[in-house]
Amino acid sequence: MSGGAKLHVRVAQVVPVNDLIKRFRFVACDGSPLPAFSGGAHTVVEMDDHGLRRLNPYSLMSDPEDTSGYEISVRRDDAGRGGSLYLHSHVVPGMEMVLSHPMNLFQLDGRARKHLMIAGGIGITPFLAQIKQLAHFGGRFELHYAARNRALGAFMDDLKSAHGDRVHLYFDDEGQAIDLKSLLNRQPIGTHLYVCGPKGMLNWVRNTAAAQGWPEASVHFEEFLAPGTGQKFEAQLAISGMTVTVGTHQSLLEAIEAAGVDAPYLCRGGACGQCETNVLHCDGTILHRDHWLTPEDHAAGIKIMPCVSRFEGKTLILER
Amino acid sequence: MTRTTFPPSIKSRPVYAALQPALGSHHLMIADGEGAGAVLDLLGAVPDRAALLATAHIIYAPGPNGTDQAADLRALGAAQFYRAPTIAAMLPRIARVLLDAHMGAQFYLAGTEGLIGLAEREIMNTGFPHSAIQKEHRGSTVRRVQCVHCKGITENVRTDPFMCSHCGLNLFVRDHYSRRIAAFQGVNIDAEDPGQVPPAVERFT
Repeated sequence: MSGGAKLHVRVAQVVPVNDLIKRFRFVACDGSPLPAFSGGAHTVVEMDDHGLRRLNPYSLMSDPEDTSGYEISVRRDDAGRGGSLYLHSHVVPGMEMVLSHPMNLFQLDGRARKHLMIAGGIGITPFLAQIKQLAHFGGRFELHYAARNRALGAFMDDLKSAHGDRVHLYFDDEGQAIDLKSLLNRQPIGTHLYVCGPKGMLNWVRNTAAAQGWPEASVHFEEFLAPGTGQKFEAQLAISGMTVTVGTHQSLLEAIEAAGVDAPYLCRGGACGQCETNVLHCDGTILHRDHWLTPEDHAAGIKIMPCVSRFEGKTLILER
Repeated sequence: MTRTTFPPSIKSRPVYAALQPALGSHHLMIADGEGAGAVLDLLGAVPDRAALLATAHIIYAPGPNGTDQAADLRALGAAQFYRAPTIAAMLPRIARVLLDAHMGAQFYLAGTEGLIGLAEREIMNTGFPHSAIQKEHRGSTVRRVQCVHCKGITENVRTDPFMCSHCGLNLFVRDHYSRRIAAFQGVNIDAEDPGQVPPAVERFT
């Protein structure tokens, strides 16, 4: 079975954090401890949305050493494909659900002299676990966290009271912005930079760091992409000998799974590389949306990440 | 002397490339012996030489073969220039410079593998990724070797095998390299047949 071993959990708590964000706590169904993880790890939450199988990745925000339960926070996306809406409107305490084991594509680099974190909105969640981990080991960090306004700044009060002037808050509505150039300029050598937030913020931080001479290896980022919607298309699976139709709101990976083919996956957000699939024939355009393949791979059109990428055209034949 | 080319070897064996000017707020250039030539070439190729020199700090020591191009480097007119008598004598200065360094600094190492390895280790110890440190080999190929048995380091090893300067074992010099120790690994060559030591060959010059 693709996606690794599963964890069977029960929803222990559902707490509204603000108008858009809810926090969910899961405990093991059999009461046993859950595996410890490392700050920055995520879990893939399986949802049975009235017959539609959804698997969405969410960063774990609880203490990595707390094996009594896992916590995630989910921002409701009214225009999304429905995973966050399902969690917000249908998931209640007592429900049983299935999670993947934690996996980490956004881990702290233990060699860093200092960890500089930049969060935008719900992008705060992996940092909550990382900061708890650093607190255990005495690691040096500085968090710069921007939210639209005070009401939407989730967990800001907790962070500020626990960590004081290591935490810097910014509110778009009050015209505040991170002074990124000077912030990056004054970091001691050996600092590692971590950024999680909306795409615009990721690009801004990564480009500014590169322009100021920060090595790529000391800049870490995470962005889970939703598969996105698009035109309906067909794909032929050469090994399985079948053709699948991918619906407007469905991902190629979901369509392959719905046809009963056990395709590999882990993050389902275009980041981990597990679902990479060879393209045997392509008469049309692959709409690449992942972070995994190189720009050269994208241009060559011989590989596709079916978790987030789509196709437009006549024929697409995959080695699956 | 020009750049050294090493024959292909195991993955652990470090590889080097020509120094290239990089974007940055501060430029630390550390060289020994013929490594001075790599720094001169770097500054010869850069479009805005004056701006780079104004933010450059050059630290230099003569090579293990006696090559001393300190005068050529001093004449460049970098913001700071320091000539150390030996590599060992320059390491505390590098550590002190790194204490005040900020992200945005660029590192350029050139010369023997002993110099490159030891300077790289100082920089790496700050948490700066080793993959972002530029390294160009020039000059002598003598090696810094750790005896895997007694852990003692012998500098400027010329022959293979050689006798460990600490425990006296006859050591075969491997291409197996440790960034943490900044040394190649030397393994006892006559462990099974004591005294059966092949003649020493001058592999490193």
